[in-house]
This record gives sequence, C-alpha cells and structure tokens, in this order.
Amino acid sequence: MSEGIGAAVKRKEDKRFTTGAGRYTDDIRLENQAYAAFVRSPHAHAKVTGIDKSAAEAKDGVLAVLDGKQLTGDGIGNIICGWAITSKDGSPMNMGAWSALATDTVRYVGDAVVAVVAETAAQAREAAEAVVVDYEELPVAAHIEAAVADGAPQIHDNAPGNVIYDWEIGELDTTDTAIAGAAHVTEMDITNNRLSPNAMEPRAAITKYDAAEDHYTLYTTSQNPHVARLVLSAFYAVAPEHKLRVIAPDVGGGFGSKIYIYPEEIVCLWAAMKTKRSIKWTADRTEAFLTDAHGRDHVTTAKMGFDASGNIVGFKVSTKANFGAYMSLFSSAVPTYLYATLLSGTYNIPNIYCEVLAVYTNTVPVDAYRGAGRPEASYLVERMMETAAREMGKDPAELRRQNFIKEFPHQTPVIMNYDSGDFEGNLNQAMEAADWSGFEARKAESAARGKLRGIGMSCYIEACGIAPSAAVGSLGAGVGLWESAEVRVNPVGTIEILTGSHSHGQGHETTFAQVVADRFGVPLDSVQIVHGDTDKVQFGMGTYGSRSGPVGMSAIVKALDKVEAKVKKIGAHLLEEPEENIVIEEGTVKATGTNKALGWHEIGLAAYTAHNLPPDMEPGLKEGAFYDPLNFTFPMGCFICEVEVDPDTGKTEILKFVASDDFGVIINPMIVEGQVHGGIAQGVGQALLEEVVYDESGQQLSASYMDYTMPRADDVPSYDVLHHNTKCTTNPLGIKGCGEAGAIGSPPAVINAITNAIGNNDLSMPATPSKVWAALAASKIAAE
Amino acid sequence: MTTVSMTVNGKVVAAVVEDRTLLVDYIREHLRLTGTHVGCDTSQCGACVVHVDGKAVKSCTMLAAQADGAKVTTIEGVANGELHPMQKAFNDNHGLQCGFCTPGMIMSGIDMVNRYKAEGKTLDEAAIRAELEGNICRCTGYHNIVKSISQAAGEM
Repeated sequence: MSEGIGAAVKRKEDKRFTTGAGRYTDDIRLENQAYAAFVRSPHAHAKVTGIDKSAAEAKDGVLAVLDGKQLTGDGIGNIICGWAITSKDGSPMNMGAWSALATDTVRYVGDAVVAVVAETAAQAREAAEAVVVDYEELPVAAHIEAAVADGAPQIHDNAPGNVIYDWEIGELDTTDTAIAGAAHVTEMDITNNRLSPNAMEPRAAITKYDAAEDHYTLYTTSQNPHVARLVLSAFYAVAPEHKLRVIAPDVGGGFGSKIYIYPEEIVCLWAAMKTKRSIKWTADRTEAFLTDAHGRDHVTTAKMGFDASGNIVGFKVSTKANFGAYMSLFSSAVPTYLYATLLSGTYNIPNIYCEVLAVYTNTVPVDAYRGAGRPEASYLVERMMETAAREMGKDPAELRRQNFIKEFPHQTPVIMNYDSGDFEGNLNQAMEAADWSGFEARKAESAARGKLRGIGMSCYIEACGIAPSAAVGSLGAGVGLWESAEVRVNPVGTIEILTGSHSHGQGHETTFAQVVADRFGVPLDSVQIVHGDTDKVQFGMGTYGSRSGPVGMSAIVKALDKVEAKVKKIGAHLLEEPEENIVIEEGTVKATGTNKALGWHEIGLAAYTAHNLPPDMEPGLKEGAFYDPLNFTFPMGCFICEVEVDPDTGKTEILKFVASDDFGVIINPMIVEGQVHGGIAQGVGQALLEEVVYDESGQQLSASYMDYTMPRADDVPSYDVLHHNTKCTTNPLGIKGCGEAGAIGSPPAVINAITNAIGNNDLSMPATPSKVWAALAASKIAAE
Repeated sequence: MTTVSMTVNGKVVAAVVEDRTLLVDYIREHLRLTGTHVGCDTSQCGACVVHVDGKAVKSCTMLAAQADGAKVTTIEGVANGELHPMQKAFNDNHGLQCGFCTPGMIMSGIDMVNRYKAEGKTLDEAAIRAELEGNICRCTGYHNIVKSISQAAGEM
C-alpha cells in the first residue's frame, strides 16, 4: 500500500504553502475591521497610579481606549493556570491574580495596561503611544536568586516569599540512605537556560461580534481552539461556549507557545463587543519576545550515587523553577509531572527524590516549550551520567548500557510505567552510525590541525500523549486529556475526518489521511482532514506534547472501527453474504470466497439513499469516537554529537549529529524525520546559541532577532536520523510520538561533546564561544 | 501621500499610499497578496523576501515608493501554470512544515540559484547554508530546505 501506514507520502498541504495561498490569521480581513494596539508596561514591577487617555482618544481614527478597570468592571475574569499542584505541606499552590489588562500593578515588562482600537493599525499604534500611564516603580526580582532572597520584593500578595509551591516526589529517606552508602557520588549544579519559542508566525487574533445574535468569533493562532473556547467562556466569561466560535486557521508554528490563551485574545473579544467592530491584533517580533510564554529556566542541584560496580543506587534532585510574573495555563505541570517523573531516564534507578520550588519573578510567564520539562530532565540525567562516567573512569556508553532498563513494563520510582523499548538497540545503532570506535583517530587528526575534537551522547526518554484523563485528574489537571474524531463517509464515498488535533506544521492533513487510506484502501486524495474550527469539529484537546499521533490518530482509529463495522453490515446485506465473510480491500467491499463485490462509493450511496439497508439500521455513514489513552507513551533514543572546538576562539562546530529514535509505529517516515530535524535544531539552538537575558531591573535584553540568536542554516549540520522502533503497547496503532524528541535529546549530547573536547565538565548553556573559551582556559589552569 | 506604480507578478498596479508604507504592507494590505509574510521587525527572518527587478529583497526593508516603476515578483507569481522547480523541490524534499517562512525561502532559493548560475559558481551545501543567512526557519532544522534548494539548483 503505497499511500498507507509507513509510506513517505509527500504532503497534501504543501501546495498552498509553496504558492503563497496559505491562510494564516493575519492574512484574513473581516468586514468592518478595526485594529488593536496595546500599551505595555516599560517597568518590570510598578504600581499604576494613573492613566490619562485624553490625548489618545483625540487622535484620528481612534474608536476606543480601554483599561483594566473597565475590563474587570464588565466581569471579565482573571487568567488561570489549569493544573493544581499541592506543596509538600499539603497546601494548595499560590496563584496570583492575572488580569488581561493590569488594574493596579504591573509585574513584567510587556504587561498589558491599555488597549487602543482604531480604524488602521498605524492609528492604533500612534494612539497607544499617546496614552500616558503614571507608574510608581517597585523593587524588582528578575531572576530566581533575587526572588528567593531574604527581603525580596513581594510580587503577589498571596505568594509569600514569591513561592508558588514547594513540591516533592519520591522517597527522601531511602534516597538519602542510598546515596550515603554509595561508592561514588556525582554532584552537579545544572542550569537550564531560558528560551523563547519563536514560532515564525507571530501571534495574532481577529475578533468579531454579532450583536443581533450576541455571538462572538475569534480567529487565532492557536494549537487548541476548543480549549481556548472552553477557557474563554468558563473562566474569562467573555461569552458562553455556544455563543463563541474559535477558528485556528493555518498556524505558523507553535512549539507550545500557542497553547495558551493570552490577554490579547480576551481583550480583543471584549473590545469587539464594546465597539461593535471586528478587531485585528498582530504581534510584532519584539512584542512576541515580551509576551509569548517563555520556556525552561531551571536551576538544579543534583546528586547521583553509584555502587562499586557502577550501578546507580540513588538520584536526588533539588530544582528551582522560574514561573515569571504570572502562572500561565499549564505552567505548574511542567517542572513537576512533566519533569520530575522523567528523572529515571532510561535507567534502573531504585531510589529517586526530587523537590521543586516554583517561584514568581518579574519576567514573562514561563510555560511549556517543545518538550516541556522533559528536556530539563533529559539534560540533567544525561549530563550526570556523562560526568559520572568520566569521574569513575568508565566508558560513558558502557555505564549507560550497564544501567539501562532491559525489561518491560518497568515501573520507575517516580510514577511512570514504561511499556516498551530496546534501549541498547538504539545505543548500538547510533554508535555504529557515528563510527564511535573511530573517534580517537579523528580526534588525533583534529589535534594535528590544532583543534579539539569531542564526542558526546545522550540516551533520552520522554513521555508523550499525557494521559489517562482520570490519572492526570488525580494529579491536578483541570482538563481530560483524551482526543476525539469523527469520520464522515459522504454519499459519493469521499471521506472527511474531523479531528480535535490541530496541525501547525506537523502534516496532519497527510498522515491522518494515510491512516484512513490504509484502513479502507481508498485514494489519499479522497480523504480530507478538517480541524481548527469549533463550529465544524466536535470538542477536542488540540496539539501539544506530541499527542496528535498517539492520541489524535488513535481516536480516528476508534471511529474508523465503527465505520468499518457498519460498512460490513451494509455490505453483507447488499451482497447477501454472512457478515463475517465481508472484507474491505483496496476501496472495495468483498465477500470472501465469492466474486461478489461493491465499490466503496456504492456503500456510501446505499447508506444515504437508505432504500435498502438492514432492518433497524439508521441511514447515513458517520461515526465519532473519543479516545482516552491507557498510559503515556515513551519515545526514547540515543543521540550522538561530534564537535570540533577552536581553542583560540572557543567556537564550536558540530561535525556530525546522529539520532537513533524509537517512535513505535511510524505513519510517514519523511514527516517524522522532519520533526526530528527541527527538534534537534531547537536543541542545538538551546545548547549553543539561545538565551533570553534579563538585566537586574527586569528589562529583557534579548527581545529581537538582533539580540536573540536563532539558529541559522549555517549554525547546524545535516543530521543522520535513524530508527530502531519497538511498538507501543498501549494504543491501537502502536505509535509513540515524535514531535519533541529532537529538542529533548539533543542539548545534553551537544554539551557532553563539548565538555569532552575541552576536558572541563563545568559548562553551561548556551555554550557560546566566550564560555567555551573560558572553560577551556580553566581546565588548562587546573591541569598546570 | 505618494502615488506608486509598479508591475507585480506581470500586472501593472498603482495606488496612492502613505509615504511610510513599506513594500510588504503594500503587497499584503493593498494588493492583498498575503503569501509574503512578516516574521520580525528587524529584517532578520526573511519571510518577506520578494524579487524586485530580478533581485531578492526583504520587502519589510523597502518603502513601496522605492519600488515605483519596478518589476516585482511575489510567491504568488512564481508558478507558471505548473509549480516552479523550487516550489516542487520543497514539496519533494519536505522542505517545509508550518509554511510560514516558506515563501521567503523559495524566493531566496530562486535568487541564489540564479546568481550562482549567472556567475558560473557551484551551489554546494555549504554555499546554500551560507546564502540562507537571511532566512530563519524554526520548524525544519534547515536539513530539508538545503536538500530542496540543492534539487532545484539541478533542475532550474
């Protein structure tokens, strides 16, 4: 089957994107459309003591100048975090109030204070500049250390000491005992640098209010339009769900940053009602840096204990996580259930303890960014393993091999139950592809040219398709994490798949159609994927956490099962053969052992004409399903990076990057490899180039592409992407998910390679030339 | 206000625009050719690349008035009945994911192939990567974009 599961089918969606016919939010123009611009705080922490709108209101084209008191006065609710975390002492997390427009206090540079609506975008910007806001500046805590210091400024009244929660997982006593009795203990302080997701399409929203119907429409750059509608109605009270349509058309990348419902969407919906005008807002890039949720920003101290033969006996971790000025939608889950639960890595670790202190700072809110907690866990575990191997004089590959989990299912001490994997298989495949054994010769060749060559690996594991709903509910999730699908077979036999997943680059229009083509043998072009519109698609949970494969496609499979059952009943009736003899092959419904057959379109027509259906059968051929997974899925793999460092400049060049992943069953290898390429580039970006930098006053120093180093084509190598797959045992297709793996596994591989080259384990991301040069100088001094 | 007149994708267009109107805004908002995108404010990302008199230009860095009298080609004007070899190559090699940077990548790709051909130089992988310095993609990790441009270079 050339178009079915496993085929590298070229993407159906590409034609519109390669010809300029994509339809992104900012490409849409509604009738009667006005434009919004936001007045944002230039201070990281200040009281708002007065707002003078008069000059702005007098400007040409201005329709409204709206502030936070009007917003809250109209009953618009505060922005919430949807995952409740309980502290060690049993107390609930301390969620500070976040109004979409600040009412009396601003808490980060970029905090929205006033929205201006005008006839043109330029008029809105000019009027926004004419709004005069009086601020009384307050002391600032721009970094974790400043926020937890004695006498730190209090950012939210209900979060004493700026602590949101002080959470723990695992067994402290047994872990302490195990480490105390260890033959070797590796201790490290590890920082995970703060990043900005930087989808290339800036966030945008267009809102419309129909006064006659009291109905709202929101076009938005969202990864999950149904969740947006739910939250906008249930918590922000913008409109009831049945009076609000949310459309996420073509979306230009997300990487987590477009999961959340931001102030701008809330304000533009409300302002559309106030002004009776459609309203468009589009972020510019600096606005994106100042308002899109950031990622990572952990500071960790960890100890890993080994027995005399190199087996891990205990792992103890203490992490401080920067949440920024407010709790974003899923922020609380990231450093807890998406991080600490992965600290067993790919290893048999009998004792694990992790505590996480979540703190407010006067910075942009931090939430899930590609990988969300799992890159932080993978970076920590894999740097610890590498460093431990070097300290104990062991081969890093052999230390990993010795400690690998080899039997499944495997219950870790931190909730996760791994269902499948062959960790050694991926390690062996990657080492062979990287010519691991030939490294010393290549290192000597580099040395002859005055360069330092290094090799590093990482054996990551992650957890996708976060589930099941009842389990995540018991851990504090405010939503269920299932997915839905509807399969509509039309009277002419063409098929529409309505999915709650949302594609913003992942190629769902192709891969999802492949699953259908594989099942019924119908041409790929006869299958259409419908997504991203709450008026068209039944409820759905959207796309994040690599869930669209394992969860979204599983829902489609469940709906296809129901369609298949009905088709077989109709086929049996029309062919006058027993149902158990009916098969569906290559778009034809056949009775085995006979030459009787019906074309696919004949079944559709029979279902809708209903002239001759089995007794008691309803007409039509449309089935839906909601799929709630049995477990997380566990993609894993081995990445190997080889670098060359110029000792004179500290500049690192990546010479080779090999990825061997276990993604379970792969629907479209071309698309899966593309996901890995992109993930690795983001991971290489984190390792070598990217960092959101705040000064002590809370000003973001990296808020443009002049200042924040995005990976360019000549910063990254070509990648060798390989697979050694074991089938996932907990979903019907056997899929594990592939969206985040590249970003999760690559940073430790890159840093382990550089530290190998320079002979100093003390190196933090991003490993810029100046840091690498300084670390090399330090190791030379230490050697003397 | 300024009157601008130019040929865009083979069609003569004219309008009265504010002096400060950027070429990209003229293309997107006046001509409603929305395939040309804006991804940054600092002329770094290249999502807005178009051809002006045969040369790749970041249309966010040029006033519409500066393009007065010019021949402009946008992504919508690249295909001639069938897909341009560069467009086809991006599809063949999975050179795009979300598609937002793609129009700029294709316009830059065509320009670099044309320049290298005119100068008789070889457009190898290192050259493609260096030439893409002004185009940022966050999805693909560039691997398949490089392959796409390389394929098209052999077909153009």
